[in-house]
Amino acid sequence: MDAMEQLSTTEPEDDADTPDAANGDRIRAVVHKVAFQMAPVIFGLLLLTVWEILVRINHVPPYILPGPLLIAETLYKDFGTLFPSLLITFRITVVAFAMAAIGGLLLGMLFASSRWIERSLFPYAVVLQVTPIVAIAPLIIIWAKDTQLALLICAWLVAFFPVVSNTAVGLNSTDRNLIQLFHLYGAGKFQTMWLLKLPAAMPYYLAGLRIAGGLALIGAVVAEFVAGTGGTQSGLAYRILEAGYRLQIPRMFAALVLISLTGVLIFAALSLLSRLILRKWHESAAGGH
Amino acid sequence: MNTIEATPPESASDTGSSAGTPPRSLISIKSVSKVYPNGTEAVRKVSLDVPGRPQFISLLGPSGCGKSTLLRMISGLERHTGGEIDWPTTPYDSKGRPLAEIGFVFQEPTLMPWASVFDNVYLPLRLKKHKKAAVHDQVMDALRMVGLEKFADSYPRELSGGMKMRVSIARALATRPKVLLMDEPFAALDEITRLKLNNDLLSLWEKQRLTVIFVTHSVFESAYLSDRIVVMAARPGRVIADIGIDAPYPRTEAYRTSSAYNEYCKEVSGLLKQAMAGVEDEH
Repeated sequence: MDAMEQLSTTEPEDDADTPDAANGDRIRAVVHKVAFQMAPVIFGLLLLTVWEILVRINHVPPYILPGPLLIAETLYKDFGTLFPSLLITFRITVVAFAMAAIGGLLLGMLFASSRWIERSLFPYAVVLQVTPIVAIAPLIIIWAKDTQLALLICAWLVAFFPVVSNTAVGLNSTDRNLIQLFHLYGAGKFQTMWLLKLPAAMPYYLAGLRIAGGLALIGAVVAEFVAGTGGTQSGLAYRILEAGYRLQIPRMFAALVLISLTGVLIFAALSLLSRLILRKWHESAAGGH
Repeated sequence: MNTIEATPPESASDTGSSAGTPPRSLISIKSVSKVYPNGTEAVRKVSLDVPGRPQFISLLGPSGCGKSTLLRMISGLERHTGGEIDWPTTPYDSKGRPLAEIGFVFQEPTLMPWASVFDNVYLPLRLKKHKKAAVHDQVMDALRMVGLEKFADSYPRELSGGMKMRVSIARALATRPKVLLMDEPFAALDEITRLKLNNDLLSLWEKQRLTVIFVTHSVFESAYLSDRIVVMAARPGRVIADIGIDAPYPRTEAYRTSSAYNEYCKEVSGLLKQAMAGVEDEH
């Protein structure tokens, strides 16, 4: 790891004094590095180009498969309708995620604090997790008075399990010798939890959060599909349904792009958070910057 | 070379009446036994007197002789099931635990990877609710003792195995303990690092004048470091010899090549062989 860091810190900078040969090597290294960074972008552009060409050559009608350019155009044109819906979906996702992050942490701590509680509750947490949300969503929509609340519950249900189980695993995998050391120095339960078990569980918890972020978005979208509500409070899922009914396939794709981008954004933000918290000590984050 | 056979286990009625004799020992271990719930007898009637003046005591024996168990019972990490471990000169708390400042060093460095070297060493003081600013110098002193004052802000993952062990020792010293308990602390290190740390530990011990109880399975290590070696045998764990190593301190590499050191190694090896023979007899 250290060697890698050194490599990246001695990255070529334009230095007039160096001989031409070395300069050439440095330039080649820069090109190589940039190309490596850009590889996924280049591949994506290539794919979009092929897609556009195929659609045009074969005269595929837009209601079967629109080309990327048309989708981009639709995204721009319909932004006024799509963006408010995105905000609604995003809001549900964020609130559900926050509840999962806090509730999952607390329940994980509860599980780790007592074998009895874990043994009694964990199987039911698993049951909730493995039951497809699409199957439970109708019930929740019936029970909850407000559709937004129902969507929130669905998104939370999906997001919450990975946080609980990761937190419990992390708390239970604390170094036994360190626990004994804390005991030896007369640490109280609170001190052991706050100074030892929580930091030790942090990498696991953050990994759980990264999974939960994506799942919260999926939960919010799936639940809205099931609910199928319209009106002023409709999210992106409803926009997709609506566009489907009206055969506005380019709009469907535009909404899809927005959902995907949101998912990527959530994942990137949580990865960044994880890296910032762990970079000083954990191998998963201590490599490149 | 005075070979003292282990003091015969005293009967249980003796243990309570120690009040009359002047208690000048730091730790008085009388007939201590440890039987695990599954019936395994880890330690049988071990008696050992740790005097008030600083000693470097090695507990030496084959694996399974209960030397680590004995150390852990002294530290309070494990309970003994028979006999008595008494700290005659140390006050006790309301729960009957001695308020002795003990430093404990595990076989692994056992550091918190998320905390800086400073915070790792500060930990025992933090757990005793000392403010960081108030004990800053004390922590830095401990780091200076092991030569790591420049690494206070580093993280454990940036250190070598030997340096991590030094941090672990500094942490054990942070509370300025009277007793340093070490459970095979250098067993996982390479030979060169181990020799270096042996020397460092010795000079530290001479300066700090504290009692060290050092668990090891290395004859050479114990004969080099200790002024007293307690040899233990396995199944059940018991003391078979308690000998003094009278070579003067400071001990250096010159001692390592001296004939006196050789003689002690030979003697201790012989005792260890006895300890092992006992095991084979039982099979």
